[in-house]
Amino acid sequence: MTWKHFFTSSIGKKFLMGATGLFLISFLVIHASINAMIFFQDKGETFNHWGHFMGSNLIVRTLEIGLMAFLLLHIYQGLSLWRQNHNARPVKYAVTKGDGKSKWYSKTMGLLGTLILIFLIMHFYHFWVPSRFGGMASIKPLAETTLGQEYNSQSVHNLYQEMMNVFTGSYSMIIVIVYVLGCVSLCWHLLHGFQSAFQTFGVNHKRYTPLIKTIGVVYSVGISLLFASMPVAMYLGWVK
Amino acid sequence: MEHYHMNLTLKVWRQKNNKAKGSFETYNVKDISSEMSFLEMFDVLNEQLIHDGKLPIAFDHDCREGICGMCSMHINGEAHGPWKQNTTCQLHMRAFKDGDTIVVEPWRSKAFPVVKDLMVDRSAFDRIIEAGGYISVNTGNAVDANAIPIDKKNADDAFMAAACIGCGACVATCVNSSAMLFVGAKISQLALLPQGGPERESRALNMVTQMDKEGFGNCTNTYACEAQCPKGISVANIARMNKEYIGASFATEEI
Repeated sequence: MTWKHFFTSSIGKKFLMGATGLFLISFLVIHASINAMIFFQDKGETFNHWGHFMGSNLIVRTLEIGLMAFLLLHIYQGLSLWRQNHNARPVKYAVTKGDGKSKWYSKTMGLLGTLILIFLIMHFYHFWVPSRFGGMASIKPLAETTLGQEYNSQSVHNLYQEMMNVFTGSYSMIIVIVYVLGCVSLCWHLLHGFQSAFQTFGVNHKRYTPLIKTIGVVYSVGISLLFASMPVAMYLGWVK
Repeated sequence: MEHYHMNLTLKVWRQKNNKAKGSFETYNVKDISSEMSFLEMFDVLNEQLIHDGKLPIAFDHDCREGICGMCSMHINGEAHGPWKQNTTCQLHMRAFKDGDTIVVEPWRSKAFPVVKDLMVDRSAFDRIIEAGGYISVNTGNAVDANAIPIDKKNADDAFMAAACIGCGACVATCVNSSAMLFVGAKISQLALLPQGGPERESRALNMVTQMDKEGFGNCTNTYACEAQCPKGISVANIARMNKEYIGASFATEEI
């Protein structure tokens, strides 16, 4: 049993999917918490402060490398599993009866994941790329978006203004709709992914599994609603 | 229940051999009794085909009392047909009504190649069992029953897992053609009992390795297998297999 044998076995691959998935789930909690600071109605002062912390702290930046690696691994592993599973039935059934034997979203994780990936490319283009590389391919010149806002006598990236530009600027209605659809895909993806990860780790327990499933539903719906509320609130002018 | 007769249209997969390209053939059967089993209806159809000088339809069957796991038809999009926790041989024609069209296909999976018509080769399951689905026992006199105390819940869970008849409906139903419900049940029934202790690690490692070699897909926890299993095997067995395999993989010192 080499390490390679384990991580390329069917259960090893599932283990990696679950482990990277749970790491990404933990990341979303931080992401949503900091972003929700736009609702303090202080022109993004608190949000920019913590955005700056996340962008400049050595530990966080190191974790970011891990986050990217895990995200890529999750995507690669998902695609390779999808291909392998697809090939496991070369001749398809003429008739299949999908009458609620399994949840539809448990069978469409690949599709939902692809929708999230398409959304992520747009999302990175809007926020991650300008904040890391400065204005590169930003929808507005950097001079207008991320030039420093004075905070505690230090210069920070004005990510709040970047959000405002994206969600209230040109084509903002289409962008907001795409963001909301991205959150809907995320919600279905998490509804299956959260509880599924625990089954993969071998947790199927009469007392813990119902608890895990409930937490999964509350988390998936909650985090998706919170994320979706941000572009919508900005678009409607509720964030000052 | 009232006894009635029905005329049916059957669309059956015909395939000469493993290499040939198969296709559906349409047959009409008349005056089928609602008290017949699905396989008896196929016997009637085959008698008719033989009478007409045609080749009968090849299908697997043995005990015809729902315990051997040999019958294997995919009926109107469902493994073993529309009844819950039921095998094809125990499916009775009262599940259908006069004028129905029934589509019958073989199990579809790369790991279960079609032998002929509705027969598939399920020896992949045998090779998985050979890889580790056994226990070591001393020769000599049979040991007294109940000589080793076993926790009641473990005994019950092992018994429930051992109910698996290895028919392959889980593979046939799974959107990924995964065999993890079968392998999970076979690993669980021994992992839960003290008699399975000596080979516990190697069993999980070897059976999963063999399963992967056979070309089954990977479980994505859709749980359709559990809903379709004629013996109602629980997906808790898949979780137990995952735990056994992951635990053994990290613990083993074998390279």
